[in-house]
Formats: sequence, structure tokens, C-alpha cells
Amino acid sequence: MNFLEKAAARAVAGAAQFISGAQARWFGDAPTTEQRVYFANHSSHLDFVVLWSSLPPEVRMTTRPVAAADYWSKGLRQWMACHVFRAVLVARATRAAAAEALRHPEQGRKKMIDPLLEVLDSGESLILFPEGTRGNGYEVAAFKSGLHTLCVARPGMKLVPVYLENLSRVLPKGEVLVIPIICKVSFGSAMEMRAGEGQEEFLTRARAALCGLRDA
Amino acid sequence: MRLSSWRLLGGVDQQLLHTLVGILAVLAVASVVGLVLKFTMRSAAAEGTIRNLNQRLAAWWWMVLIFGTALLSGEIVSLVLFGLVSLLALREYITLVPTRRGDHRALFWSFFIVTPLQYWLIAEKWYGLFAVFIPVWVFLFLPTRMAMAGETEHFLERAAKVQWGLMVCVYCVSYAPALMLLPLPGAKAGAKLLLYLVVVDQMSDVLQYCWGKLAGRHKIAPLVSPNKTIEGAVGGGLSAVGLGILMRGLTPFSVGAAAGISAAIVVMGFAGGLTMSAIKRDRGVKDYGTIIRGHGGVMDRIDSLCFAAPVFFHLVRYFYTP
Repeated sequence: MNFLEKAAARAVAGAAQFISGAQARWFGDAPTTEQRVYFANHSSHLDFVVLWSSLPPEVRMTTRPVAAADYWSKGLRQWMACHVFRAVLVARATRAAAAEALRHPEQGRKKMIDPLLEVLDSGESLILFPEGTRGNGYEVAAFKSGLHTLCVARPGMKLVPVYLENLSRVLPKGEVLVIPIICKVSFGSAMEMRAGEGQEEFLTRARAALCGLRDA
Repeated sequence: MRLSSWRLLGGVDQQLLHTLVGILAVLAVASVVGLVLKFTMRSAAAEGTIRNLNQRLAAWWWMVLIFGTALLSGEIVSLVLFGLVSLLALREYITLVPTRRGDHRALFWSFFIVTPLQYWLIAEKWYGLFAVFIPVWVFLFLPTRMAMAGETEHFLERAAKVQWGLMVCVYCVSYAPALMLLPLPGAKAGAKLLLYLVVVDQMSDVLQYCWGKLAGRHKIAPLVSPNKTIEGAVGGGLSAVGLGILMRGLTPFSVGAAAGISAAIVVMGFAGGLTMSAIKRDRGVKDYGTIIRGHGGVMDRIDSLCFAAPVFFHLVRYFYTP
């Protein structure tokens, strides 16, 4: 990152903190610069911006959010995504993509997961949203299999659940106007996939850990 | 050195300036007391109270400096400050009450169009519209906007929540700087009344807190506001009325009128504190926010002002303007 990008990152993180009034609360371990996969509930395009800005600066520098390519590939947004957030842009699960994935399941999954594995192999941390798509903000949807696939490919990976509160009220799905409601970002204890744990079982446990932070 | 010889402050109103310096002096004394307590107190039980006291005092320095600077800088700066206070309070309130997807546009209007317009009407000295803009125009428009959004679940509740938030955080708060639009004789008469209102109202809170901590025995409303006691309310309230009489030089009030109007500020302030506490208890939280260390949120600090400001304004307008 050059100086301009670093300064922009600081400024954007500061602005996001100020506007969202986000209060980061660490219920599990203290923040660490060690490699982690932060997984959160998803209800707004601002989700990863607020989560990312809630991390301490030294953690933020080595943490990359996974974001929807179609939303973050235009104009200023693209510059921000590539240079400020250093986002990993992935294609969203559209109907066409889902149909394609049904025809070639292995190829579709590889396309989604490979860029993430590359980041992990470089030692950096990730922010991802295992529901796959933005929800209505009232409930957390069932997790897609991606989180499990990632853990199978990189056993022992430490996952940190993060519950984002009120982001769907700041900028809900299908809205362009932002209103300044105070957000809460709750970080839970790190977890990892147990030996021999099945996909269904693991995803349910991860989702429960995330939802458990809602009333914390 | 006489204060009036300060060249930078040469253009400002001397009475306002002297009152503000007096407030800072009181705050300095209180801060010294806070420090003495910090270094002499040994019991663990008192430690929390004293730490909170010192946090509150530190915040008071900031609040007095910001408010004082705005007041001395003139009407527009004061209006902007109160507008920001309204926005921060509304934000804390809306965060606390659950809203739904269908309220989004109505909330956007509330924050970014209604609030600035309400304060702009004061700057324009347009009393006729200032007084009815929110209760007539906005209260009819916002539910309509929410109905247009098409979500009918809990409709009445949601409309009421947004209206009450605008009523308390914007309409009521805006009455404090609106004192500056009253046609009163004398230089900076409105700014002086604003200072008088804020000092009597806030000191009423502080004195009720002190009396309650020192002599409080009988709780008034243990379920709604566990720290309010009869001894605190009566002792603090009467002390605040005394302060109101002492400070009547800022106002056109006689001794009797100052006592009566201060009493109105105290009673309304108490009502505001109690009502806004009931909302917190309903939502299961202790404070509206965390923005002011030791105090909680902006709304925790101005809950009494919200109720006192409109009543004070209308008393002054009825009895003292032509």
C-alpha cells in the first residue's frame, strides 16, 4: 500500500466509525494480528466497511473483506474496494451462476473458493459473509457451504464470529439513502472445525455461535 | 487584569461573558473537590461514585466550553450547535426504538430535511411556522410517507415512535435556541435567556443528584428511575429555584417571577427526566448512549431540557413580549 492508500484507509475507517457510531465489543479473545477468518451476518452493503473499520488499525492492515463484484466494480467504489479495503471481489450467487454451478459443481466452487485460499496462503485474514447474500436484517439465514469448504481446505483455521447489529437499518437491501443509526459490532471467541465434524453440523454450530452474540 | 480589557473578547456581551466565567469558576472549584475526594477516599464502595463524579466533571468542562463558545459566537453558531444536539439525540432515540424497513424514508426525512428546516425557521425568525411545522405539517406528512412505503405491520406503533422522537428530540429542543427569536428589549436578551434556562435546568439535575447522593432516603419511582429520591428532588429543586432567583439579572424577571419560572423549569425538567427514563426502562437499557463519558448519551443529558424549554419559551413569550 502506498502512502495515499494508507491515508485514505485511515480516513475511510475513521469516517465509517464516526457515521455508524460503531461500538466494537470483544466478548472472546482480545483483538489479534494472527490469521483469522471473521464471519458475520449480512444485511447491508456497508457490513464489511463497518466490520473492517472496527478492527484495530494493525489488524485492519492485514485483513481483507470478501465483497460482491457487481456492486464494488464501478467507478469510485472500485477504487475504494481495490486500494482502500483491498477487497477480494467474488461473483454473487446469481440464478445464472447457480444454474452454471449445478452443471459443473466442482468448477463453480473452485471459482469462488480459490481466490480466498490464495489470500489465506499469503498469511492475511479474511472477512466473509457465509449467508452468501444480504438478508432482511431480522433473521440470520442458513449458512452456505463455503465456510466449510474453506475449513476442509485449510484445516485448523481459526474462525471468529462477528454479529453486526443495526446495519440493515442504516442501509437496508434495495435502499440508496443512509440514515445515521448507531451500530454495534460484537466479536465472539475464535472457533475451529472439529476433527470429523460433518458439514451440516459444523455450519449449524458456526451459525449458533454468531446468533449467540445477538443478545450478548 | 479586567476581563473587559481582553482585546479578543472586546466585542462580546460583558454580562454573558461574566456569567460564563462564573460558571467556569464554579466548575473549577467542583473539580478541585473531585480531586480531593479521589485522593482521600479509601472505601471501595465510594470509589465507583467518585470515579463517575470525576468523569462527569471532565465532560462538564467540554460541554460548558462548547456551549459557551457557541453562545458568545452568535445566533447562527448557537443554532447549529442545538441542531447537532437534536440530531445526536434523535439518533440515540431511533437506535433504541425498533423501526422497520418501511420506516426508512420517513426516518431519512426526519434526520436530513425536517431537523434542518426546523432550525432554519428559527434563523428566519418565522415564529408562525416554527410553532406548527412539526406538529401540523410533519406529523401529517410522515405517517403518509410510511403508508406509501406499504408496510402495515405495527403501523400505528411505528408512526407514533417516529413522531414522539421528532417531538422530543427536535421540536422541544429547538425551543431553547428559539428564545433568540423573541422580540425582547436589551442586547443579546435571547442569548441571556437561553443561558439562564440551560443553567437552571442543568443545575437542577446536578443539585438533585447531589442532594440525592447526600440525603436521599425515599425513592420516588423505583421502577422508572431508581436514583430519584424525594429528598433529592425537593432539596435540589428548591436549590435550583434559589439559583434562578440569584441569576435573574440575565432576565427581565422580578424576584417573584424568577422563583415561579425557575420552579416551572425544575418541575418540567423532573418530568422530562422521568418520562425519558421510562422509555429506557421499556427498552431495557441504562443509558441512551456512550458519547458523553460519565453521563451516557446526549439524550441522558438533555432529557430535562426537552420538557423545560418549550414551557419556559411560552411563559416568557406570554408574559414578556408585546
